[in-house]
Amino acid sequence: MLIAIILALVVVGSVLFHVLSPWWFTPIASNWRYIDDTISFTFWITGVVFAVVVLFLAYCVWRFRHQPGRRAAYEPENKRLETWLAIVTGIGVAAMLAPGLVVWGQFITVPAGASAIEVVGQQWQWAYRLPGKDGQLGTADTRAVTAENPLGVNPDDPKSLDDVIVQGGELHLPVGKPVALLLRSIDALHNFYVPEFRAKMDMLPGSVTYYWVTPTRTGTFEALCAELCGVGHPYMRGTVIVDTETDYQAWLDQQQTFEQMLAPATTSALE
Amino acid sequence: MVDLTHGADGHAAPGHDEELELYHPTNWVTKYVFSQDAKVIAIQYGLTATAIGLVALVLSWLMRIQLAYPGLLAFIDADHYYQFITMHGMIMVVYLLTAIFLGGFGNYLIPLMLGARDMMFPYLNMLSYWIYLLAVLVLAAGFFVPGGPTGAGWTLYPPQAILANTPGQQWGIIIMLVSLMLFIIGFTMGGLNYVVTVLQGRTKGMTLMRMPLTIWGIFTATVMALLAFPALFVGALMMLFDRLLGTSFFMPSIVAMGEQLPTGGGSPILFQHLFWFFGHPEVYIVALPAFGIVSDLISTHARKNIFGYRMMVWAIVVIGALSFVVWAHHMYVSGMNPGFGFFFATTTLIIAVPTALKVYNWVLTLWRGDIHFTVPMLFALGFIVTFVNGGLTGLFLGNVVVDVPLSDTLFVVAHFHMVMGVAPILVIFGAIYHWYPKITGRMLDATLGKIHFWVTFLGAYAVFFPMHYLGLLGMPRRYFEMGETAFVPPSAHTLNEFMTIAALVVGAAQMLFLFNLAWSLRHGKEAGGNPWRATTLEWQTPETPPAHGNWGPELPVVYRWAYDYSVPGADRDFLPQNDPWPGEPAPAPDTAVAEGAR
Repeated sequence: MLIAIILALVVVGSVLFHVLSPWWFTPIASNWRYIDDTISFTFWITGVVFAVVVLFLAYCVWRFRHQPGRRAAYEPENKRLETWLAIVTGIGVAAMLAPGLVVWGQFITVPAGASAIEVVGQQWQWAYRLPGKDGQLGTADTRAVTAENPLGVNPDDPKSLDDVIVQGGELHLPVGKPVALLLRSIDALHNFYVPEFRAKMDMLPGSVTYYWVTPTRTGTFEALCAELCGVGHPYMRGTVIVDTETDYQAWLDQQQTFEQMLAPATTSALE
Repeated sequence: MVDLTHGADGHAAPGHDEELELYHPTNWVTKYVFSQDAKVIAIQYGLTATAIGLVALVLSWLMRIQLAYPGLLAFIDADHYYQFITMHGMIMVVYLLTAIFLGGFGNYLIPLMLGARDMMFPYLNMLSYWIYLLAVLVLAAGFFVPGGPTGAGWTLYPPQAILANTPGQQWGIIIMLVSLMLFIIGFTMGGLNYVVTVLQGRTKGMTLMRMPLTIWGIFTATVMALLAFPALFVGALMMLFDRLLGTSFFMPSIVAMGEQLPTGGGSPILFQHLFWFFGHPEVYIVALPAFGIVSDLISTHARKNIFGYRMMVWAIVVIGALSFVVWAHHMYVSGMNPGFGFFFATTTLIIAVPTALKVYNWVLTLWRGDIHFTVPMLFALGFIVTFVNGGLTGLFLGNVVVDVPLSDTLFVVAHFHMVMGVAPILVIFGAIYHWYPKITGRMLDATLGKIHFWVTFLGAYAVFFPMHYLGLLGMPRRYFEMGETAFVPPSAHTLNEFMTIAALVVGAAQMLFLFNLAWSLRHGKEAGGNPWRATTLEWQTPETPPAHGNWGPELPVVYRWAYDYSVPGADRDFLPQNDPWPGEPAPAPDTAVAEGAR
């Protein structure tokens, strides 16, 4: 009897915890509300299944507990019941999978017109590269990394020179504009994760990975590294500021370009 | 020695001895140390796994203390923290769970449940244990080498696993890879034994579809392990080459600490594919034996046949097969081609169907049963609740786009601890309470057992259920300390303290269990041969604990499946597999042959 009550209390406690929990998604700041909706939907289906199965278990435990004279039924199989359970489960699973796959399709398809911004991870800081006036990023390669050119941007690529480089500073993004984040690492694995955006993707040295978001509200957000990258992993933080278009342009104009970054080095080399 | 008495058709005459030639120990060392008896090897595996598991338990305490009270223990710096999580994870998954289910329960139960005298290759079986022990010792040596064990996380992802800035980059990673390779070599020796014994060593009448689900679980898991471990083996070997010989299998061009490394052209993600091609089946290598064992515990202690036996067998086999095509669901945000997400999300969610059917069948076995609340039954019930919880959160993480915000957060940690940590461990406990009487001849103390159960079950639930919500909040895993983070409210730290206290209490309860194991060895109630009135063959041995060779002069003959509980018309509520009811008992054994066999 006590056992059945405790099992039922586990369900009640879990549901209450879920309802009352102050620990929940951070307020969303991107277009990925669909992801939140899919999660909420999954919570409903799985929550109901959890409650039903465990409460039924508790009922069985109470109803069929051993008592003097009780003898169990003998029923090896019940094809009908097993088939029905399989079908109902299959439908429930498909109901969760289908919207998930649709949203995944959106997640991996960068919309036309999204601007591209590069995020470079290295132990243990973030750097950013934004296209300059030409609207395009130049090529880059880990093998081109030097003390003067820490991101390994290709100096011979004409598209590179006007690229805006932000090292150790904040990343600003304009609100309401889709942006593709091209992710690159020059040492270990990293993962550029802004909880309010819901999106994340690993950075792989040697590859360029990506995800895209449309920031939906202005504000200051913390970026964390979400892939273990050595002892400094928890300290690899950055700041992302979502601005109005005018604030964004004002910020962008203050940033140094790749050409300007190389210039002092060239000058000092000539002296 | 063994008399190979064959019938005219070349098979052993009914009920007579089989072809296996047993090695008979002549002294204490060959009986208890270099033993070829699967039952002794099982206990050796079990004790070794428990010993190294205690190390993992202590490590989990240390990291929980660090998470709740950063800086309280001054010796836990970031290096140590990452070494602790790495060693905790690897020990628990490989050296404890895999070893105890297959090496421990597999060795003990396969010959006994199938009516065999021993494993088919006893000498190889012995070697398997000693190589496993060597692997464990090499692993433990990692704590004593310069720089300590590796802190790359149990997934050992390159390139950071072999880069500076990762603890243990000097020696620890080499030790870890060598130990894993030794483990795989040792396991392969044992694994071949289990498979061949199941296929060739069954006694007369023990058809495959009469085998207890315990054997089905262990058998399928072993086949999977034999197919999955080689991927880890080559991955480990390649990384060892990268570390020692300067190859670049997994190493692209890298700038570390301002310097260009000589590496180039390798692929870090190739390692992830190799690792998870092993790593995902590994989840089921642990889970399937647990599924099998818990089915038998529920059936025995509810005095009712397992519901839907054939469905249960097929579910085990289907889950085993499908688990080889879901590995990349661990890599949705790894940077692999995102198109793979569609395929792996679909296969992953398909696996949920046979898994759910197993849960239904366990619950339906209790339906209209005669449930005895023995300690093994309590652990089985605790398993169902924990497994349902952990399995359902798998539907979040398996559904590719839902995984994106949750991946690499504490939600993942909570999920896999529930589903492949706590749930299988509850089964291990239930199984030990269940089979300890057969292994030692004495019962474990039931009162201590019940305290152990409630503290472990509710305590572990209190640790891992709330942890999901910190993951939803966005707290990343593998953080030495959270520090000041805008989106993490102070209440999250309070919750962390609560989880840590619960974890410390759960850990302490395990000391009670160890005490019970030791104390009952001498002071436990005498068990007799079949204290649970169970049907399976291991309870029908002539002696308890079973002697070397298990069966005395005659092998048992099997007449029925393993689940004849409460059969209408029978005078008892269980019919052992070797009970010919309602037919006549087998003819009297041929004593001449029998003596020859001894």
